[in-house]
Amino acid sequence: MRSHSSFAEISRQLTDGSLTCVQVVEHYLQNIRAKNSELNALLSVYDEEALERAALVDGKLQAGSAGKLAGMVVSIKDVLCYQDHPLQCGSEILNGFESQFNATAVQRLLDEDAIIIGRNNCDEFAMGSSNENSAFGPVRNADNPNRVPGGSSGGSAVAVQADMCAVSLGTDTGGSVRQPASFCGILGLKPTYSRISRHGLAAYASTFDTIGVFAHHVADMALVMEVIAGEDANDSTVSRQVVPAYSQQLEVSSKKKIAYIKETIDNDALNGDVKEAFLSKIEALKADGHTVEEVSFPLMEYALPTYYILTTAEASSNLSRYDGVRFGHRSTEAKNLEEMYKKSRAEGFGEEVLKRILLGTAVLSASYHDAYYLKAQKVRRMIQSALNELLENYDFVAMPTAPTTAFELGAKTENSMEMYLADLFTVQASVAGVPAISVPVGRDQDGMSIGLQLITKAFDEAKLLAFSNYLLEN
Amino acid sequence: MKIDKDTLHKIAHLARVEIKPEKEEGYIKDLEEVLTWVEKLNELDTDGVEPLTNMSFEENALRPDERSHQLEHERALKNAPKADDDYFRVPKVLD
Repeated sequence: MRSHSSFAEISRQLTDGSLTCVQVVEHYLQNIRAKNSELNALLSVYDEEALERAALVDGKLQAGSAGKLAGMVVSIKDVLCYQDHPLQCGSEILNGFESQFNATAVQRLLDEDAIIIGRNNCDEFAMGSSNENSAFGPVRNADNPNRVPGGSSGGSAVAVQADMCAVSLGTDTGGSVRQPASFCGILGLKPTYSRISRHGLAAYASTFDTIGVFAHHVADMALVMEVIAGEDANDSTVSRQVVPAYSQQLEVSSKKKIAYIKETIDNDALNGDVKEAFLSKIEALKADGHTVEEVSFPLMEYALPTYYILTTAEASSNLSRYDGVRFGHRSTEAKNLEEMYKKSRAEGFGEEVLKRILLGTAVLSASYHDAYYLKAQKVRRMIQSALNELLENYDFVAMPTAPTTAFELGAKTENSMEMYLADLFTVQASVAGVPAISVPVGRDQDGMSIGLQLITKAFDEAKLLAFSNYLLEN
Repeated sequence: MKIDKDTLHKIAHLARVEIKPEKEEGYIKDLEEVLTWVEKLNELDTDGVEPLTNMSFEENALRPDERSHQLEHERALKNAPKADDDYFRVPKVLD
């Protein structure tokens, strides 16, 4: 089997008999054995189980009863429940935890005969931008193991980058799929808020969290979206809008109108190579007949502070469930119930998580609620309205996915404010709830990949995927 | 914004997190740094802007009020740090 084969290619070979599912799984397992001890992208490898399932799917293929994803090998971020498999959210507080049920997205993959090969490392509770913040050690970028893969879904990104699986699921709260995709030279999609059910996803910030997809091929991503998106009785927030057949709509038939934001190009944080690659892609799009215009988005710089107030507030509430009562770590030092809560949480959570819980508790506390939390909710509406207005006039808003390429391990761990800037360009779409994708468009002088982000209107994933396909091919 | 030790411990108590004395300074510095940075939002006039509180496009997504998807007793208790046959167990609440 060829490295980074598309699912269409694998399916064709499965159909003509030149390949079996077992061989497909073995191909990925070989890469996992060779590379995972260094890259640390997978915390669990379900090798025997994946091979058994592959044999089962081979049988179904022969019988003509196989699902849409027969032959697709997937890995899932360590925040998604997979029944009777470990789930730790990259945290010690969930030591020993095993999921009691399947997340809806996971169940839908399994129902279509996808094979889950392992559980991806990630930043603890999806809080981080470099995947150096996992209780199980950092993930390393396969293009250069001294560099970070981005975060928080770094393990999911590297698993696809290093050909350990065809597709992976991550989660994106403020850029956690798009930014690692940019750092690892692959595609990363954050769908519209509420497009995919979050039943069985360990919550971080409930008005931001989305499940996202990593892949090398747009068609693979489109097919997975078709399978996992849509209505779900177990998630009252999920959209009931009909899910389009994304994979059948990958042709771009007309010239598009694209805006790029002055405040991203003029930003001091923007690296020179990234800027150059971005602008050269912009020129190429113009040359191909698309209308590309520079616009000003003065609210740009307010998105990151808005994001931090709201997500920490929501995290402080969501993470209150980790209290040592029903699951996870319980301190052995406690003499009474209150001490049990306090000690279990202090011992089980890592530093960044504790910091965000404290921050969130502060902005929600009676004395600060209006000045911080309520203020941020108001600014959120302003940003959402401004971005939606822009998207009324343009098909896409384009910007670099991240201000830099993958940085060295340890480069930003001392200063969390500097680390937060890694999400500078990805938080806008999260604050507004609209879909966005990172598409690889080049490399810097050290050979690290550069991503271009496209944002579009809520529920316009079909358009986003089709144009990404065009961008990759041109 | 300034955070003193009392405020830090008040917040920590609300969050049910123990903070050891040697960690106090670090948390105070971190919290002050972020809270000062996010005060940037005060540059914007938000008078008359309705807060955005719900991102879902769905309103009142209700399901029939029927019993379904029960987690079996054993499964529900299997991850507990301490449980008996029926219940989660915690240290004594009242002396």
